[in-house]
Amino acid sequence: MSGRPLTHWRHRLAERGVDRQLWLLAPALIFVVALFLYPFFYGLTLSFQPTDGGPFSDYARFFSDAYERDTIWITLRIALPAALLNVLAAVPIAYRMRGRFRGKRLVTTLLVVPITLGTVLTAQGLLNFLGPTGWFNRILLSTNLVDEPVRLTHNYWGVFFSLVITGFPFAFLLVLSYLSGIDPTLERAAATLGADWRRRFTRITLPLLMPGLATTFCLTFVLAFSVFPSAVLVGNPAGETRVISLAAYQAAYEQYDYPYASAIAMIMGFVELVIIALVLGARSRFYTGSTGGKG
Amino acid sequence: MSAFSQLRLHGVSRRFGGQDALTDLDLTIEAGEFIALLGPSGCGKSTALNCLAGLLPLTAGSIWQDERRIDTLPPERRGFGMVFQSYALFPHLTVRANIAFGLRMRRLPKEETRRRTEEAVRLVRLEDHVDKLPGQLSGGQQQRVAIARAVVFEPSLVLMDEPLSNLDAKLRLEMRTEIRRLHQSLGLTTVYVTHDQEEALSLADRLVVLRKGRVQQIGSPREMHTRPANWHVADFMGYRNLWRGRVEQLDGSRATVESSGHRLLGEAMGDLQDRAEVVVAVRPEDVRVDGPGETRNAMSATIEVVEYQGRELAAEARTDAGQLLHLRTEQRIAPGDQVKLAIDPGRLLVYPADAERTTEDRSDRLTDSAGAPR
Amino acid sequence: MATITQAPPARPPVPTDRRRRVVARPAAWIVWGVVIFFFLNLLGVVASVLVSSFGRRWFDTWLPDGYTTSWYGRAWEEFALLQVIVVTLEVSVLVVGLSLLIGVPAAYVLARRSFPGKRLIFLVFLLPILMPPITYGIPLATVLYKFGLAGNMSGVVLANLVPSVPFVILTMTPFIEQIDPRIESAARMCGAGLRTVFLRVLTPLLVPGILASAILVLVRTVGMFELTFLTAGPDSQTLVVALYYSMSASGIRAQQSVDAMAVIYTSMMLVLLVVALRYVNPTQLVAQVKEDPEH
Ligand SMILES: Nc1ncnc2c1ncn2[C@@H]1O[C@H](COP(=O)(O)OP(=O)(O)OP(=O)(O)O)[C@@H](O)[C@H]1O
Ligand SMILES: [Mg+2]
Repeated sequence: MSGRPLTHWRHRLAERGVDRQLWLLAPALIFVVALFLYPFFYGLTLSFQPTDGGPFSDYARFFSDAYERDTIWITLRIALPAALLNVLAAVPIAYRMRGRFRGKRLVTTLLVVPITLGTVLTAQGLLNFLGPTGWFNRILLSTNLVDEPVRLTHNYWGVFFSLVITGFPFAFLLVLSYLSGIDPTLERAAATLGADWRRRFTRITLPLLMPGLATTFCLTFVLAFSVFPSAVLVGNPAGETRVISLAAYQAAYEQYDYPYASAIAMIMGFVELVIIALVLGARSRFYTGSTGGKG
Repeated sequence: MSAFSQLRLHGVSRRFGGQDALTDLDLTIEAGEFIALLGPSGCGKSTALNCLAGLLPLTAGSIWQDERRIDTLPPERRGFGMVFQSYALFPHLTVRANIAFGLRMRRLPKEETRRRTEEAVRLVRLEDHVDKLPGQLSGGQQQRVAIARAVVFEPSLVLMDEPLSNLDAKLRLEMRTEIRRLHQSLGLTTVYVTHDQEEALSLADRLVVLRKGRVQQIGSPREMHTRPANWHVADFMGYRNLWRGRVEQLDGSRATVESSGHRLLGEAMGDLQDRAEVVVAVRPEDVRVDGPGETRNAMSATIEVVEYQGRELAAEARTDAGQLLHLRTEQRIAPGDQVKLAIDPGRLLVYPADAERTTEDRSDRLTDSAGAPR
Repeated sequence: MATITQAPPARPPVPTDRRRRVVARPAAWIVWGVVIFFFLNLLGVVASVLVSSFGRRWFDTWLPDGYTTSWYGRAWEEFALLQVIVVTLEVSVLVVGLSLLIGVPAAYVLARRSFPGKRLIFLVFLLPILMPPITYGIPLATVLYKFGLAGNMSGVVLANLVPSVPFVILTMTPFIEQIDPRIESAARMCGAGLRTVFLRVLTPLLVPGILASAILVLVRTVGMFELTFLTAGPDSQTLVVALYYSMSASGIRAQQSVDAMAVIYTSMMLVLLVVALRYVNPTQLVAQVKEDPEH
């Protein structure tokens, strides 16, 4: 009978922690394979089957055309400073606000608002607010800080501000939660050992916070890197804010060249993952265990 | 599920990714028996219990309930009840609903469910608390709910995993009596896991001592107490004095051992060869603080540390030959006292020193007791 | 609002010392200054949209000439907003329901079990969150069009599931980990099968977690621009996408009716946000970090 080998297999699998309960993973696995991995690899193979030329000709086309190639640089030039600014500005502010105080809940709640507004609405607001006749320029003009309206929309700065408005609250809330995950008695212990606040921050809190900062940077960077609507609406989509996602979109939906669009999407994903891998690689050099907090 | 007359475990083993947690457990449980699984932390007691319950698949072996193989059944179809160390009460259900849960799962008629729940509530004396949530109960009350929940559907076997270890000392004693009472009044077959030898000795009909996933000894409380099978079991059963030595002379069941400057006469436990390395085991309470009258296994020593423990004193003494020794006595002694000690040869057990003695923690203990000056 | 400074650390915290000293240290003022500046600009961005949507005519002045609500009626008809809102709701409800059904069992297995390949599976579930939506959105849309699934609501739902399911998995995992596995074991020992354990024991205990992740997915789906944009057809646009189209074609339509539409979108998001904040803490809206102890 088949009883013995069956038991044998069940025992072998049980040792590795495999049993029928793992079937609960099946729907999610099927989903991720069908809707994420399969399209991804489909896109990858498609990118090697250009409408004309050899397998790599779409990649060659992208890198040989300065107008296209520069989109990488343009995207990074917007996304990296924006993500960096968001994270770096979040640290001192979150450090100061990590304790309890009245109105903390209000501040954190208000900060969620721009995240939920999303990029499209932020873009519309920025056009109104920062535009040449908007309130911002009016204030500058009426206080005689400038002589003529500053141009803050339909260029690099418009996109940059839109990334700060949506990205900073995001970074702040993340950093705040990482900070409150660090046991405050650690700092008190350092204080009893004679460390002033500067050294307490640089020797104790900051090293424990670094992994969290790296994660925050990655997530903020992903947001900034995929900037699309604001680049079109408040930026200058034909010139200085022609980001790579726009190039991919135009290839797919204006030129209907799907292989080329896939190639650009692959390049975009690759560039993004390289940056993330670099940051996460640096992160693994820090202590990443428990930070003793209750969070 | 119907009761059984015998439950047999054949070579039950559990590995976790190449690491053995339980190896070759053979055990036959008779109906109505109270069996205690005993051993140090990490020895595989919970693993054994979970395998029996069906919560953990086996990696070898089989379990038989009379002629029926049950190790392939999921836990809910084995019909066993279980009490957990952390109680594991359903936090969103009242005490009554917690206790009735097992009956509901069996789809008993409403009336019977109600009746049997009330009965179980009375049995564990929780009549005043039936409508509370578990979070509103004290630890002892929660444990009572857990016990009631596990026995209410009259399981053919009740499994208990250190049910008392979260309670304070006084409550632990009370609940121990209660568990014994329940066992006797309901005639439940019980497998009880604990690392407390005293608890095991006082509750169980039979004890199973595990070490590193292997059975060391199965026997009655008396056998365990007076004749541990090897020095590891002795260590665990409260033989705190474990000294290394060498056989000098063998005389039937008696062995004369030389151990760090002393000649000791004791009971040979197991196969001993002349000149063999041995471990000598003595309980602190078997070391007598005598006058000069006693001559066998006599030694003179200086008291070093004294702990007050109610009627008795627990003390550490160092013999003139430099051997450290634990003892318990009712006599008044104080640090610095010079005393004459003696050990009845029938209470001094001589074990072969097995290959496993090299394990660090054990051998540390041994060399320590073997008189290395601190 | 109270300015917070560090309590003298060597002293143990005294209960009456809860609200810390108000001290005007320059660093504190700078931090608060930055925060207030940020909020003022944010207010300006939102308010300029709001004011404009009610303005009769607004050129180069501080405030509009007069006020009217007629733009809302216009926007409602011009952009067929009723249909758009209905589509938005349908899509959101479907995405929330499906992603919970797929994600919760998977989160359960990932929280509870260890088995070979678990890290790899976890990474695969993490990728859709780590990648910019455009990168996988373009190949995904291509595949969906190939199977005739895009350009209608099923495509929008499927595309939105890609980041939602991993998001449910990530938010639910800590909630599941909080539940003592022995409670499940206890239920099984009482005779409950796996399904009963899920329905009668786990689900009631997981209600807060399920609510939280449902709300979070809802907010994200309503705000998700890129994936919907790539897969929606003319009658399966959600509100953000419709807003984007109306903005990029704003030369044709009156600026104010676009603003009115933006206000409708904003109020929808704000309602969601108010509901969401009853169940989750602000930090959870942006990441799956466990709740900090103060609330
Ligand atoms: N899920 C698991 N994965 C890997 N190893 C495990 C697992 N569960 C238990 N072990 C290992 O199996 C061994 C036995 O564990 P078990 O829980 O049975 O010990 P125990 O005797 O109940 O100890 P304690 O008295 O501390 O509860 C231990 O070494 C433990 O590390
Ligand atoms: Mg255990």
